[in-house]
Amino acid sequence: MEEGMEEGGGITKKFMYVNRKAPHGTIYALESLEVVLIGAAFEQDVSLAFIDDGVYQLTKGQDTKGLEVKNFAPTFRALEDYDVTKLYVAKESMEERGLTADAFMVPVEVMSKQQLAEIMEEQDVILSF
Amino acid sequence: MKFSILVSEGPYTHQASDTAYQFTKAALEKGHEIYRVFFYHDGVNNGTRLTVPPQDDRNIQKRWTALAEKYKLDMVICIAAAQRRGLLDESEAKRNGKDANNIAPGFRISGLGQLIEAGIQADRLVTFGD
Repeated sequence: MEEGMEEGGGITKKFMYVNRKAPHGTIYALESLEVVLIGAAFEQDVSLAFIDDGVYQLTKGQDTKGLEVKNFAPTFRALEDYDVTKLYVAKESMEERGLTADAFMVPVEVMSKQQLAEIMEEQDVILSF
Repeated sequence: MKFSILVSEGPYTHQASDTAYQFTKAALEKGHEIYRVFFYHDGVNNGTRLTVPPQDDRNIQKRWTALAEKYKLDMVICIAAAQRRGLLDESEAKRNGKDANNIAPGFRISGLGQLIEAGIQADRLVTFGD
């Protein structure tokens, strides 16, 4: 493999992962997180947005024992070690679900959908899950 | 324009893979470049050669394979998503002690890094999914 190819060949783009679905009912949240973790090796400018039911992915106290599925939620706490620190939560989505910012297990920036739309506008690549 | 394509849903259940195919074909016919088509989530099932759809319906896998052959398309199936869903090539089948493989011609199995790289290298990454 060519030198530097693994990290994207010296190109840095703005990558946003948009998480729209609740964590355990479908596989999208888990497989989104897998992309984020692999993608971290490419040293891109990464952010994660949580909108609609996606806001549930970050809530504290998730317990999947009864579902017999792997609880991947603690992995969100490891994102900081991968230099993934820009986590945005849509205020409207949070409020519609009766949640407040202290419901989340990691530090997040709560912003309006309008603000989020402006940040999306600046992105090079948006991966929506 | 240089495009990369992400297919996130399986064939027949969902329109996404049909639309992805039509978009990819139209872009190529217009002279655009497709850097890579990446199959993720249930999208990996586009690449099994064991589907037998009714004869009066489209054959989604064969359509992708023919397109790949005509235009030398790079069609990549995510290995992690594929393993969960029983999509194997010869070496993965051997490595995991399975007695068969089912990958269709024109597809290859590789890692998620190929998706990130596809996003970096293309002018646009277009997602077809739910």
